[in-house]
Amino acid sequence: MTARYSALSLLSRGLRGRNWPLVWRRHELAPTYDAVIIGAGVHGLAAAYYLAVNHGIRNVAVLDRSYLGGGGSGRNTAIIRSNYLTPEGVRFYDRSVKLYETLASELNFNVMFSQRGHLTLAHNDSSLRTMRWRAEVNKLQGVDSEVIGPDEIKSLVPYMDVSAQTRYPILGALYHPPGGIIRHDAVNWGYARGADARGVQIHEYTEVVGIDVEEGRVRGVQTSRGHISTPVVLNCTAGWSSLVSRLAGVRLPISTHPLQAAVTEPVKVFLNTVVVSGTLHVYVSQTDRGELVFGASTDPYPSYSTRGSLEFTEELAGHVLELMPSIAALRVLRQWAGLCDMTPDFSPIMGETPVEGFLVDVGWGTYGFKAGPVAGEAMAELVATGKTPDLISSFPLSRFADGRLVGEKGAAAVGH
Amino acid sequence: MFRIPCPYCGPRDATEFRHQGESRNRPDPRTVTRGQWRAYLYEKDNVAGWTRENWYHGVGCRRFISVERNTVTNETRPAAAAAGAVDPVLPGAEAGAPDADSTRR
Ligand SMILES: Cc1cc2nc3c(=O)[nH]c(=O)nc-3n(C[C@H](O)[C@H](O)[C@H](O)COP(=O)(O)OP(=O)(O)OC[C@H]3O[C@@H](n4cnc5c(N)ncnc54)[C@H](O)[C@@H]3O)c2cc1C
Ligand SMILES: [Zn+2]
Repeated sequence: MTARYSALSLLSRGLRGRNWPLVWRRHELAPTYDAVIIGAGVHGLAAAYYLAVNHGIRNVAVLDRSYLGGGGSGRNTAIIRSNYLTPEGVRFYDRSVKLYETLASELNFNVMFSQRGHLTLAHNDSSLRTMRWRAEVNKLQGVDSEVIGPDEIKSLVPYMDVSAQTRYPILGALYHPPGGIIRHDAVNWGYARGADARGVQIHEYTEVVGIDVEEGRVRGVQTSRGHISTPVVLNCTAGWSSLVSRLAGVRLPISTHPLQAAVTEPVKVFLNTVVVSGTLHVYVSQTDRGELVFGASTDPYPSYSTRGSLEFTEELAGHVLELMPSIAALRVLRQWAGLCDMTPDFSPIMGETPVEGFLVDVGWGTYGFKAGPVAGEAMAELVATGKTPDLISSFPLSRFADGRLVGEKGAAAVGH
Repeated sequence: MFRIPCPYCGPRDATEFRHQGESRNRPDPRTVTRGQWRAYLYEKDNVAGWTRENWYHGVGCRRFISVERNTVTNETRPAAAAAGAVDPVLPGAEAGAPDADSTRR
């Protein structure tokens, strides 16, 4: 079964060359499962893992139409933080950061979580005011978060132009020391390995094409590889979640927008924090390999296409150079896009739907990777106990019909 | 990027337009229930494939237009003429198909 990884096992297997066991196995599709999770991204995999580990529910299938981690979970820019604006948002994301802090040892898989600090720049008085507001909300929840001025910014990021000569001078920043970046693939693979080791079956290249609902209750799913009976279906399909929910007759307040990102060629490490500018619609971090990773806002129209565009690169380059003029000669190596499931209030949708047994963990937009652990933990609890955990009770689908939107826009729109 | 066929200006680069949302009929505010109104506000078809939507041609004729777009490939084509109207822009404004609109000019 699953071999434990250690420095010794790495060395000896590395020297012998071959014989690494598969990190997760392949299976025939069984006719019934206790629960079926659609989508093998971080949300689906984490839910499966915590179902098995925290609740002993192991007869679970995770289905994905493509390869594991091929959605947003393998395409994101891997920023983790908890300095949101609303108290319910801060509490929720803070739990996720805590889970991420111990995830490598919990999973026996190096997820390379680097808590290098996160800076959100303010270029005008109103955003400085929002930063101050966020810092106070954060501190009340026990989250390390403070507004700092240009001098301190300069000492954290020496290559940043904090002079008053720029088009959008930097007035200050929200500094969040526990924020940082992670190796996103390792998180996906680590959860997959942990779930697999406890008996969860992961089925890649298995598309859900129908969901059976009888008398308002889920009975099973139809897949490209055959039929499955199950009393519980959890939709974790992010950008595709409206299409999958519609199979069960559930309509969602979600639009799918592409989000693009890019990396440069690697250079010696000079940037030790994550830098985000909402005004300039850009954020940047440097990987351990030395590449600069850039992101921006979503494409300005809904689409299921993951083609990159020249407009994106042009605009990105212009804005990044306003922040760091000295990197002008760096070349962009790669550019890509992923699909984001945007909700009207920039907050996720977690919990029950009008169809009994059909649960959703969607609406993760441009910010959902950081929430994988806590959402997985909470959704597993909901599946196991039938009760919605407090931590996610502000995010039900019914809030749209009830007119109780969350309002996380200030922190999540371009926030990362 | 891709081009959008504006009924007034011809095919133009999509960057000249602002996306306004899926074309659908606004329920009558005088008779609508709260649930229907919120469903109209928030729920989306979010189709993967051909869909009909409204765009604002800000860098051109500055009109609101309706076009069909395949959201998987981003191909576009003129909206079928009889397929309904663009959303009213202002409360009380008359809904009109682009052709009807152009005759009022
Ligand atoms: C460029 C980019 C940058 C981002 N940066 C950040 C960031 O810095 N920090 C952050 O927190 N978040 C970020 N995000 C958002 C984050 O990536 C997503 O919110 C998160 O990965 C969603 O995870 P998921 O598991 O819900 O969905 P996904 O990882 O998208 O997985 C959904 C899966 O569902 C599968 N699927 C779809 N339809 C079906 C079907 N019918 N049957 C079976 N399977 C199906 C898909 O194949 C896919 O694998 C970014 C996103 C992008 C695109
Ligand atoms: Zn025009």
